[in-house]
Amino acid sequence: MIPAEFDYLAPDTVADAVAALAADEDAKVLAGGQSLIPVLRLRLSYPTQLVDLRKVQELRGVRDDGDALVIGAMTRHSDVVADPLVQQHAALVAAATATVADPAVRHRGTFGGALAHADPAGDLAAVALALDAELVAEGPGGRRSIAAADFFQDYLQTALSPDELLVEVRIPKLEGTWSVHYEKFNRVAQAWAIVGVATAVRREGGSIAEARVGLTNMGSTPVRATAVEAALRGVPAEAGAIAEAAQHAAEGTTPPDDLGGKADYRQHLARVLTRRAVATAAGV
Amino acid sequence: MARVRMRVDGVVYEDEVSPRTLLTHHLRDGLGRVGTPIGCDTSNCGSCTVSMDGDSVKSCSVLAVQADGAEITTIQGLADGPEWHPVQKAFREHHGLQCGYCTPGMVMAAVDLLKRNPSPTEDEVRHGIEGNLCRCTGYQNIVKAVLSAASELRGEGAHPGAFSTPPAGVPA
Repeated sequence: MIPAEFDYLAPDTVADAVAALAADEDAKVLAGGQSLIPVLRLRLSYPTQLVDLRKVQELRGVRDDGDALVIGAMTRHSDVVADPLVQQHAALVAAATATVADPAVRHRGTFGGALAHADPAGDLAAVALALDAELVAEGPGGRRSIAAADFFQDYLQTALSPDELLVEVRIPKLEGTWSVHYEKFNRVAQAWAIVGVATAVRREGGSIAEARVGLTNMGSTPVRATAVEAALRGVPAEAGAIAEAAQHAAEGTTPPDDLGGKADYRQHLARVLTRRAVATAAGV
Repeated sequence: MARVRMRVDGVVYEDEVSPRTLLTHHLRDGLGRVGTPIGCDTSNCGSCTVSMDGDSVKSCSVLAVQADGAEITTIQGLADGPEWHPVQKAFREHHGLQCGYCTPGMVMAAVDLLKRNPSPTEDEVRHGIEGNLCRCTGYQNIVKAVLSAASELRGEGAHPGAFSTPPAGVPA
């Protein structure tokens, strides 16, 4: 199928893009299009107008902003993975992004587009949540910053209003020495996570001092596994203690029950994958 | 309608297209470049993979208007005159296909992979073509062909494939 008819605009600046969105409440933002174009083709969405951001240069690239790394919303997945600043200061972002879809999709898909699409089976939202990212939106009234914990509201729903554009994402740098891992379980022919676990671990000698754990596809939004994080604090960095803490991974979750897996299976996966992810990150 | 200009396999085309026209349809129906097949319609299968400004993309998930100003290479632009690209040659030599439907996309994905990683391991080849589905071959001969093409492109000459033991029933 081909998409229904729409008008097309490719502005050069964020201001022009925001003005176009404000003038037409049924307009939709086109970033890399790797989710939106299939959605349009399947006729699941009928925007009146697409506002294509491909010419807006100010939205591309990664910069070091002292205590945070700032990733422009239109930075492509392939550029995020290869970026030395991301590798150095946000290795978990690079690890998860490298598992998004496949090389051809990563050449088009963007960091901001994936987050604004807010598919709970997408890999990056759990990472943004685990790293306490701030998502910066620009609308007719100016810019505002939205914490990841408030940004993802429901299945494909975010805190962005229809006339707002996600412009960049601030990822606070982790203090001290952390190691990270993204553990994902998916069908080989489809890269959507059945369940994914994003984790960052800070060791102090033989113990885990601090851990961050974000879960992909364990609810209508990404989930922060706070019970696991609490259970890991101060425990010995060894297999038994990690396995015990990982038992809390599915607490309070309401994962989807669909062709990819039953809800109780996903809860089982969350516990197993959390154990693997934390153990790998902790070097156990 | 929107005006788009792109260079496809070395030829510049300028056309009026509806914004909803997909790049793959523009290539096939607008420009007659039918070497790029359409497979799944949902960006899953990769059969429509082409190179856009040097990067592999799935042309079913790109609008023609997004390719305005771009340099596109399809499977039809890969050969150097009568001389096939080493990846094309390797697919023939190693019989990296059965029905052939996925082959144009598979070759384009392999070319992209080898440009970025001239010496891939077997595992890296399998990951490099993970966005391209083949429902005939079981991938064995495709992987063999890509490894052989890598060797050829490195100037080491084609080799019979990098498997230490050939899969059962498949001649080395």
